[in-house]
Amino acid sequence: MSSLADRTATELLADLSSGRLTSVEVTQAFVDRIEAHDKKVGAFLRFDSLPALEQARQVDQRRRAGQPVGRLAGLPVAVKDLLCSRDEKTTCASRILADFVAPYDATVVARLKAADAVLIGRTNLDEFAMGGSTENSAFQKTRNPWDLERTPGGSSGGAAACVAASMAPLSIGTDTGGSIRQPAGLCGVTGLKPTYGRVSRFGLVAFASSLDQIGPLASNAQDAALLLEVIAGHDAYDSTSVDRPVPAYSQSVRQPLEGLTLGLVREHFGEGLNGEVEAAVRETVGVYRSLGAKVKDISLPHSKYGVAAYYIIAPSEASSNLARYDGVHYGYRTDEKAMQAELAAERQRFESAGNKRAIDEMDTPLVRLYRRSRAEGFGAEVKRRIILGTYALSAGYADKFYLKALKVRRLIRQDFDKAFQEVDLILGPVTTSPAFKIGEKVNDPLAMYLVDLYTVSANLAGIGGIAFPCGFSSGGLPIGVQLQAPPFEEDRLLRACHMYQQATEWHKRRPVL
Amino acid sequence: MSLSRAEVERIALLGRLQLSEAELAAMTEQLGQVIGYMDLLSELNTDDVEPMAHAVEISNVFRPDELTPSYDRSTMLARAPHADGEFYLVPAVLGD
Repeated sequence: MSSLADRTATELLADLSSGRLTSVEVTQAFVDRIEAHDKKVGAFLRFDSLPALEQARQVDQRRRAGQPVGRLAGLPVAVKDLLCSRDEKTTCASRILADFVAPYDATVVARLKAADAVLIGRTNLDEFAMGGSTENSAFQKTRNPWDLERTPGGSSGGAAACVAASMAPLSIGTDTGGSIRQPAGLCGVTGLKPTYGRVSRFGLVAFASSLDQIGPLASNAQDAALLLEVIAGHDAYDSTSVDRPVPAYSQSVRQPLEGLTLGLVREHFGEGLNGEVEAAVRETVGVYRSLGAKVKDISLPHSKYGVAAYYIIAPSEASSNLARYDGVHYGYRTDEKAMQAELAAERQRFESAGNKRAIDEMDTPLVRLYRRSRAEGFGAEVKRRIILGTYALSAGYADKFYLKALKVRRLIRQDFDKAFQEVDLILGPVTTSPAFKIGEKVNDPLAMYLVDLYTVSANLAGIGGIAFPCGFSSGGLPIGVQLQAPPFEEDRLLRACHMYQQATEWHKRRPVL
Repeated sequence: MSLSRAEVERIALLGRLQLSEAELAAMTEQLGQVIGYMDLLSELNTDDVEPMAHAVEISNVFRPDELTPSYDRSTMLARAPHADGEFYLVPAVLGD
């Protein structure tokens, strides 16, 4: 059965603009999908059809009256629950922010509103975007629409799953170490992590400030271009957002690239890469060759150090960013009476044991309030990263870990700079294997971190990357491929992806739910 | 290199976290593995490499020094778990 929800954002927007379709019709189609399938998938943390349909009605009214409307007018967009939306809950999938209502809009949310997008719901994620499976959400698991026993990847697992299941045509994700590209790859959708500084981070709840970027997830490059064009650009509220013009991505995306040279990284095809993934990626290279691209073998000699450097730098920044959750200013606070009783009992125990030293070292009530609030408010992975980051920054270890990682970060960036003197884009796998089973890696953090092998380097270097489907495993799971580009060449990424999608059909496959 | 339980306890205090016995045990083992993996970096000689803290190495981004309205106190205090309309309230900090 064909539904409006199966059409691309670009097609829907054309029909909305010409008046062939109303936003209420379009929005209703996605609402129906969500109501039919999200009980199984769990992509949305919060979804309410009434305000969405009301917003759609208003856009339709203005359009009918001939009033100017924004660039995404009437098109539903899902937003990862990590971006502040004024007077609405913004939970970051954390118990510590379960009831937090944001006092302002993130710049990206404000831009979506100004573009008259219909904000259809808030998607699930790993708590504070820390994870690669969306299993670390404090509220629910999201399942991979291609196989409900498997994870959608993460941390933007809800954002990718809702596009894969045709529950939203466009979706906002964030990527700190692969959190857009990895779930896009595992769910068979197109996801782009922009260059650091391309999109404002204002109002994005910070995980690792020097690595975080917001980006689009969609069915194809053309739709991703449409969304990126709206959210990109300089913002006075984010001094790391870069002041340079935003190309008309949605126009240029259709122009094929001529004389394209792709780089294949020797180190990407080593040990640990699943055979079916390797075969699909190599076939992708063949498609590009047939489209006139040249292919060169290149080396990123420091790529094997990426995960180690990343898991020092990102938790270090996280431990500092998450210090703000103190049970005092906003968010969850422990029960104060129980906390005082706990301290009193401790004191009594130490006193009867005559342990003077333990009494001297006891937490003050304020410190215990912080510690209990955070212990009860954060999940296991967030705690792990706070400990890891605090350790890497602590006296005696900062040089050995944090400073060392920053130096390795420069070596990784220099590898890319050198490579891009020879090639226009780097092509490689997104992940070592297709989607893994729910629960498979939850007790092995190191194995979970190694999933990020192919994605973290782009964040460390600050460059852009795009992931899109390039085949399916024998078990019917999508396989993704990744392109990486020099800084601010999002246009090149989108055009190269579009070329491929014009020549192939993988991106059109959708799971049966 | 690995991590001792006492060290994890000390770091938990610095990070303002309270860990249960079970969490302490799991964390010591898991983070020991992770930190062991990070030893990989020590095989690289980075003596002459400048650290890179940020991907866009810009500094001193200024805006005109003009007053702009901020959020009013009641909006922000409304989000606090415990406040009296004027201040955030916390347990007594000074001795009893």
